[in-house]
This record gives sequence, C-alpha cells and structure tokens, in this order.
Amino acid sequence: MLTCKQITQVVTDYLEGRMGLADRMRFHLHVGMCKHCRAYLRQMKTTIETLGRLPNEPIPDDLRDELRKRFADWHDARTAGFPNKPEPT
Amino acid sequence: MGNSDDQQLVTRLRDGDRRAFETLVGRFHGRLKRLARLFVSTDASADEVVQDTWVAVLDGIGAFEQRSSLATWISRILVNRAKTKGVRDARTTPFSALGDEDLDNAQEFDIDPSRFNERGMWTSPPARWEEETPERLVSNQEAMALIDDELRKLPERQRIVMVLRDTLGWTAEDVCNALEINETNQRVLLHRARTQLRARLEAYFTKP
Repeated sequence: MLTCKQITQVVTDYLEGRMGLADRMRFHLHVGMCKHCRAYLRQMKTTIETLGRLPNEPIPDDLRDELRKRFADWHDARTAGFPNKPEPT
Repeated sequence: MGNSDDQQLVTRLRDGDRRAFETLVGRFHGRLKRLARLFVSTDASADEVVQDTWVAVLDGIGAFEQRSSLATWISRILVNRAKTKGVRDARTTPFSALGDEDLDNAQEFDIDPSRFNERGMWTSPPARWEEETPERLVSNQEAMALIDDELRKLPERQRIVMVLRDTLGWTAEDVCNALEINETNQRVLLHRARTQLRARLEAYFTKP
C-alpha cells in the first residue's frame, strides 16, 4: 500500500506514464480511497494546465515592421536570384 | 508529423507569400518569445533571438523536409540560437554543464515532511483552493502574477524544463534532446518544479 507521502513523490511518474502496471494499480487504489490525495492530484493537474495557458505577449509593432522588412529583403533576393543581394534603400 | 495546414504554409512561404509569413509569425511569435526568454537575460536579447530565428526560418524553409512539425523545427532553430546567445552574453553556462545542485538531495522531500505522520499519512492535508479549475485560475490576475514570480524564483533548470513541457507543450524526448539531459533527470526537474509551484499556489489560496 502506498502512503500519502509516497503518492506526492511519485505523482509525476504517474502523470508522465512512467509507472509499471502494478504501481499504477497501487496508485489508483490509494487515490480511490483517499480524498486528500485526490485533491493533491487534482491540484497538480490544475497547476500543469494553468501553465499551459500562460498568456503570450503580443508582437511589438517595431518588431513586426522589422520582420516585414526582413521578409521583403529575403523575397527580393530570391526573385533577383542573388541570395545575398542587399536591400536597395 | 507535419500536418496539412503546416504543409500549406510551407508551400506558400516557399512561393514567397507574405501573408503566409505573417500568419506564421502571428501563430508562433508568443511561444518563441517565451522560449527565448528562458535562455537569455534581457527582453531585448530575446527579441533579437526571435528575429534572427525568423530570418533563419526564411533562409531554411526551402530545405525544410517536414520530418518534424513546423513548430518543432522552428523551436529547434530558436533554441540553438538562444543557447549560443545566452552563452555569449555570459548570462548562463551551457545547460548540460550546469551543476547538479537541483538534482542532488533527491531523497529530500519537496513537501514539508511535517505534513505527514510517521505512517506517511496526511496530517495537514492539501487545503481546498478557491479556484480549482485552470479557467478560473487564469482569470485570477493575482494568482497569475504569483505564478510568474514563482517561475522566476525556481532553479534555472527546473524552470526551463517545466516551461518547455507544461507551457510550450514539448515532449519529454524533445526536452531531453534540446537540453542534453537524460530522461530521469528531466522527470526529476519537472517533478520538483511542479511540486514547488503547486505548494506556492496552495499557500496563496490558504493565506489568511
């Protein structure tokens, strides 16, 4: 029988699918009977999912402009057939 | 693993379609910036790495064989650049050369051992959170600021592994390859980081 303490130590192995069948069953058995460990597991999952939803920064306007220019350079160089042709200004 | 949407973008980009490039930038920029920020010390450096990456994507798109997804391919380009830049800026030593300080004491418990009795059962069980769902947590500005703050405080390797895995959705294998660490170390770092972050959120939700 796994203890609560052990559940907290192997929870990542469990979530990562790195547990053998027997250990997995022991894990399920404990969590099925222990509401505290169910709460712990739920909070772990919530933490992980929340990390997956951290907001992304928008692109700064000057970087967007710079990228447009880089694209134009790249495009012109290809069309002209000179890969390193500098951008005429 | 390239899907058809990827394929279409690649084809359009090879044809020199500017809108395809802008779609790509719009789709990946935020993730790339976050990724770059893991390896370099300033926002400006991160922007520079992201910009260099886009130029490298344009230069390399003709040769991209689509054996991996577009996202994976672009991320690899960025990580290589960001690691080089991080080292050049003397901000960080190469990841694989860092000490094992956060892998030592593997027997130590991340959770305060006094929360369990001698039989390993909870004596101070996890407190219920007000916001048990990610949706509610994400809309809680204070909690999100706490996560940001906590991420900064984590040991570097833990932070990098957790953000790659949980925020950017990398596979364990991709993380091991990019950081040149083995699977067990990857898992230990991830475990410690997640355990720590959950504990901090618990403390936040139960503060009087």
